[in-house]
Amino acid sequence: MSEAVIVDSGGANLASLQYALERLGARAHVSHDPATLASAPRVILPGVGAAADAMQRLTRHGLTELLPTLTQPVLGICLGMQLLFDASEEGPADCLGVLSGDVQRIANAPGRPVPHMGWNQLTPLRADPLLEGIMAGDYAYYVHSYAAPVGPATLASVEYGGALSAAVRRGNFWGTQFHPERSAGTGARLLGNFLRL
Amino acid sequence: MRFHDHEVAGDILALATRYRDAGADELVFYDITASPEGRTVACEWVRRVARVLDIPFCVAGGIRSVADAEEVLNAGAEKISINTPALAKPQLINDLSRRFGSQCVVVGIDSQRTADGYRVWQFTGDTRRAGDAGRESLAWAREVQDRGAGEIVVNCMAADGVREGYDVEHLAAVRAVCQVPLIASGGAGAIRHFAAVFTQAGVDGALAASVFHSGAIAIADLKRQLKAAGIPMRLTETTA
Repeated sequence: MSEAVIVDSGGANLASLQYALERLGARAHVSHDPATLASAPRVILPGVGAAADAMQRLTRHGLTELLPTLTQPVLGICLGMQLLFDASEEGPADCLGVLSGDVQRIANAPGRPVPHMGWNQLTPLRADPLLEGIMAGDYAYYVHSYAAPVGPATLASVEYGGALSAAVRRGNFWGTQFHPERSAGTGARLLGNFLRL
Repeated sequence: MRFHDHEVAGDILALATRYRDAGADELVFYDITASPEGRTVACEWVRRVARVLDIPFCVAGGIRSVADAEEVLNAGAEKISINTPALAKPQLINDLSRRFGSQCVVVGIDSQRTADGYRVWQFTGDTRRAGDAGRESLAWAREVQDRGAGEIVVNCMAADGVREGYDVEHLAAVRAVCQVPLIASGGAGAIRHFAAVFTQAGVDGALAASVFHSGAIAIADLKRQLKAAGIPMRLTETTA
């Protein structure tokens, strides 16, 4: 049985991620213990809320040093993906620095409400085991007001007043801006792929 | 999906799964009796729904405090929706938004067409207490955004349950003052009503209950036809 440990980043809504992993037959539990996370076969960094608060919570548990040094597959989801970058405009906050670049606020515009909340289509930019079986035009569920521009780490983009990073990777660190646990079949496929990494 | 709390969770789960499989993009669970009678939603059914659903869902009804909201969100709901409690204590919107982020906080507005224009209605789950909340609908839509609402659901009372179409004119007026996602509610009776509210009022989503419960409109047909009409739609295995 595959196993993943979810970083207790303190926000509400860790339950839906845990249930999604359980639906895929994986064992999932939540922890902020550095030793548990260091020895986990896979680590998922979720996050709902503000970047500065989330970084403070990680710091409190001594995780800001640990997380960038992990060598097993790590998946950041939504704010968790944003925390992998150098910094975020939200706060502003210094983040984990695993991926280079800054996370920026999505600009408001008529017909383009912020937060970007709802289903939007993926455009894979390069092949990756995490995106196995996921096609251009597949829909995923997004809830965010900040985003990473498309850069060298981008695996897939999403169009919302310009192309934004929808999925990223550098080495053993992956991230999705969308919520795979709320993205129906597409999300389940992605989480299944992650559990096989 | 509107239900009263005596309905057993099994029915809710079966319905939730059915709508998910049919291609619904999001489900809203209304405990419409919760607010007038002063009860909070029980979290056990939220947890059971969260275990089976892999699409977002929102819980409405009976959420009167940050603590109530926290229980529902921790149980696995994506969003919470408040209506009457926001009218009684508008500061609750600020508090919820600061604690959980605006993306979790939906404000429902029951808007009634009156001789004095569109007015906000409160306690709409209870015919004995339902009435004018003392606020003008567009002004309230502006205020809830300023207080941190991340989404607004406008239920047009006159249209609700009549199945003669969404109140496109009113929703377009709300759209003009609404910078956050706007969801239309009340009045859906035919596929063309959905098409009209998307194209003419520019809403981000359309909510309906009775036409889906009764089977009058199949979600798969609806989404196929809306997509054919040029409205962006997520089609799933069952709807494609």
